[in-house]
Amino acid sequence: MNVYLGADVGSVSTNMALVDGLGNVLETLYMRTQGQPVQTVQEALKNMAGSLPVTAKVEGVGTTGSGRMLASVLVGADAVKNEITAHAVAALHLVPEVHTVLEIGGQDSKIIILRDGIVTDFAMNTVCAAGTGAFLDQQAARLNIPIEEFGEHALQSSTPVRIAGRCAVFAESDMIHKQQTGHSIPDIINGLCEALVRNYLNNVARGKDVGAPIVFQGGVAANTGIRRAFERALGTEVVVPRHHGVMGAIGAALLAREETVRTGRTFFRGFSAGDLRYRPRSFECQGCENLCEVVEINIEGDVAARWGDRCGKWNIDFKEKLKNSCLI
Amino acid sequence: MRVTFPRMGALDLTFNTLFKQLGAEVVPPPPATKATLALGVKHAPEFACLPLKLMLGNFIQAVELGADTIVMCGGCGPCRLGHYAQVQQQILEDLGYRARVVVLEASVCDLLPKIRHLAPHKSWREILRAINIAWVKMNASDGIESLMLKIRPRAVKPRAVTEIYEQGLQLLAAAHTVEEIRTAHRETFAAVKALPLRAEKPLLRIGIVGELFVALEPLVNQEIERRLGELQVEVKRTLYVSEWVRSHLLWSRQARKQRRAVKDAAQPYLGHWVGGHGLESIGRTIQLAQAGFDGVIQVLPFTCMPEIVAKSILPQISKDYGMPVMTLVLDEHAGEAGIMTRIEAFVDLLERRRKQEDVRYERIFGS
Repeated sequence: MNVYLGADVGSVSTNMALVDGLGNVLETLYMRTQGQPVQTVQEALKNMAGSLPVTAKVEGVGTTGSGRMLASVLVGADAVKNEITAHAVAALHLVPEVHTVLEIGGQDSKIIILRDGIVTDFAMNTVCAAGTGAFLDQQAARLNIPIEEFGEHALQSSTPVRIAGRCAVFAESDMIHKQQTGHSIPDIINGLCEALVRNYLNNVARGKDVGAPIVFQGGVAANTGIRRAFERALGTEVVVPRHHGVMGAIGAALLAREETVRTGRTFFRGFSAGDLRYRPRSFECQGCENLCEVVEINIEGDVAARWGDRCGKWNIDFKEKLKNSCLI
Repeated sequence: MRVTFPRMGALDLTFNTLFKQLGAEVVPPPPATKATLALGVKHAPEFACLPLKLMLGNFIQAVELGADTIVMCGGCGPCRLGHYAQVQQQILEDLGYRARVVVLEASVCDLLPKIRHLAPHKSWREILRAINIAWVKMNASDGIESLMLKIRPRAVKPRAVTEIYEQGLQLLAAAHTVEEIRTAHRETFAAVKALPLRAEKPLLRIGIVGELFVALEPLVNQEIERRLGELQVEVKRTLYVSEWVRSHLLWSRQARKQRRAVKDAAQPYLGHWVGGHGLESIGRTIQLAQAGFDGVIQVLPFTCMPEIVAKSILPQISKDYGMPVMTLVLDEHAGEAGIMTRIEAFVDLLERRRKQEDVRYERIFGS
């Protein structure tokens, strides 16, 4: 059986997904990145290897997310794509008639508008990350509620409470103030959910043609309180797909399938890449006043890839390198 | 008198030549880097736009290198740039720097006497000759730039084009007469044209509109033109300083005609001037849509007032003409990764759109 692996290496989580030739999702994995992308990707690879069906053969790998370049070298990716395209591809695959994708992740939020199966418009949060997963995490910890149950609490709210959601810091002071004046925790959490949705719709989704069917994905989609707040604000049902937390990884796997079907080969290093010794380092090139920051990845003491320079004098593409080593 | 000026793209070549030919000692500001920006951000009001901050950084660095006269552009609002010369002078004074700021307004009647003042020992004849040489150089560097935007997506090695461009700018910088400038221009053109190209295929075409400084200064716009070129997109920038000079200072008949056409195109959406290039952004976007461009990117500095007016109108134009438009708001906090993700996603969007259109076309007309 041919399978395709997708990896979404984000600021907060590293996700992987295994998809078969028909696009069925076989396995998914969600891990915290915890500031150590190399180790996390290796760890995730090992875990995926353990749950791989016996007859499966990996025919292609795709990476996405803010760590996509780094991850592509580690695993030997065929497709390296930005997270907007990856999320759109995954949403289209699971909900073909989708018109709007709301995506809220660890530190960013996006909206993607699709018509007739293609992206026609998109936006990402620019100046502010209030209302993303990281902030909800922090508030859940402050209120001593596990993040998984955070949304459920909002559903028990009986009285609306208005929280200022424009800025994460002010939202927090407002919540503390509301606690001190005696509002109940469920009401405050519900107020927070509504404030974050208001903030999202006014900033990220401003001027966008938000139409049904709407798919809500990303880590925050697990939060039922936010989902309900979206439904109330938009006056329509909001679909949360089963694999909402790993949609980027699924998209990356689907893009890898598209790419390898076209090229007929894969650069996948195999699951044994989880045991190789990687050493990333960076240096500032002193060649001219641009002072480019060059990133270099060593595998088992051998330079595997370099990027980040403007002029290209340091540039080493891992695909070219693998191609050449195959010739020898 | 030791003269300095703000940097903006390759405009320093022109200014350098102009003031040198006028007999002044020139202290060009060092190329803008992150350090320049940090210096400007530190001393400028927070909600002023990026051009004020970066230019202020330029001035501080140049004054520390010994400049005592700063030549700055003026203006008359609603764009705040017209007021920046005075603000910057005040900030420099408060910081204890001694420098005279000469403000050049956008009219020949204002420009000529001030230039005359900067070159007290030169005759009018010599002054006009200096202006002419600077003008030829500005056209040469703009010409090389627009050629580069055409060739980069087609070249086998896009980075080689950037290299030749940088060498070309150095050749231009070293050229002191009209003849030398023309030779440098010719040589660079020949070098670019000699580069091996990819097999001809229809490329995506993206137009760039928006605020002049951000569109021209690669440090600020995160080298959007180079990045798009390397993604094999042909970029058409609608903003060139030589164009501005042609329509605003020289009153060339052709440039004025073009300006009127832009204004007419914008008329259904925006009926009057809103300062800066706001009206132009609207008109140019419509012209680009009519010319069959795949998409338009608007670039503006955070808090830019004229472009915010344009920004709120662009979605309607995008809908009416069926052409995607993306806005990039840039300031000192803009992260490279975020900009790159947006540019890549925008190019993906256009590519997939074009593929779908091809499929539709085949279905209707056969391949």
